[in-house]
Amino acid sequence: MASTAAVPFWRAAGMTYITYSNICANLVRNCLKEPHRAEALTREKVHFSLSKWADGKAQKPVLRSDAPAV
Amino acid sequence: MFKQASRLLSRSVAVASSKSATTRAFSTEVPSTLDSTFVESWKKVAPNMDPPQTPSAFMKPRPATPSSIPTKLTVNFVLPYASELSGKEVDMVIIPATTGQMGVLPGHVPTIAELKPGIMSVHEGTDIKKYFLSSGFALLHANSVADIIAVEAVPLDHIDPSQVQKGLAEFQQKLTSATTDLEKAEAQIGVEVHSAINAALSG
Repeated sequence: MASTAAVPFWRAAGMTYITYSNICANLVRNCLKEPHRAEALTREKVHFSLSKWADGKAQKPVLRSDAPAV
Repeated sequence: MFKQASRLLSRSVAVASSKSATTRAFSTEVPSTLDSTFVESWKKVAPNMDPPQTPSAFMKPRPATPSSIPTKLTVNFVLPYASELSGKEVDMVIIPATTGQMGVLPGHVPTIAELKPGIMSVHEGTDIKKYFLSSGFALLHANSVADIIAVEAVPLDHIDPSQVQKGLAEFQQKLTSATTDLEKAEAQIGVEVHSAINAALSG
């Protein structure tokens, strides 16, 4: 993987292309006018239901809702 | 579930005999299906099961590369949540490649271009539709088909200029106060994206 080609600044800082493109997409979403902005941000929300296991049994599940950072 | 089984089985066997497995097809060619020796040995060990199918067996093959350049460019423009343009025939698209704005006409050489935040315009006669793309890739095929893939794309009139100014000022401030390389890069991306939106709105 050793490449001598010029790397973009975000790559040099240790970001992957996915990280970079998600940051870009988020910034664009945040610049929208209102009905579209809320719509775009809700589309990106993810929900997790987490439950820890203890003594062979699932504990009470916790719902975690994540909106992407930025 | 097994309704289609006999049809699929007979088809794959029939097609396989006509095409050798050693010649690898390009994406623009008609996809080759399973080879006959594989199907025969599969039948020996699993007579009641269909041979596995690859995605290319279910997908419509791309049209072959015509000998003369067509007058229209076929554009597929997809986002993770929507298909903006599907097989649309247009005169030209201008895409924001990392190397600069790139005009794509029918008969363009096959290329894969990485996209940067910028403006993409679709020219159809006198009608020009403009989108702002966050980032993505454009795959230009030899048969005048262009696949444009973006993470986020919005029509220009959906953008709020005051939010852009606010964002630009915020990230310029962050760029001066950033300490680590990662923070600096994040602020740099912020400045670049907002400047690109600004340029797109003014131009």
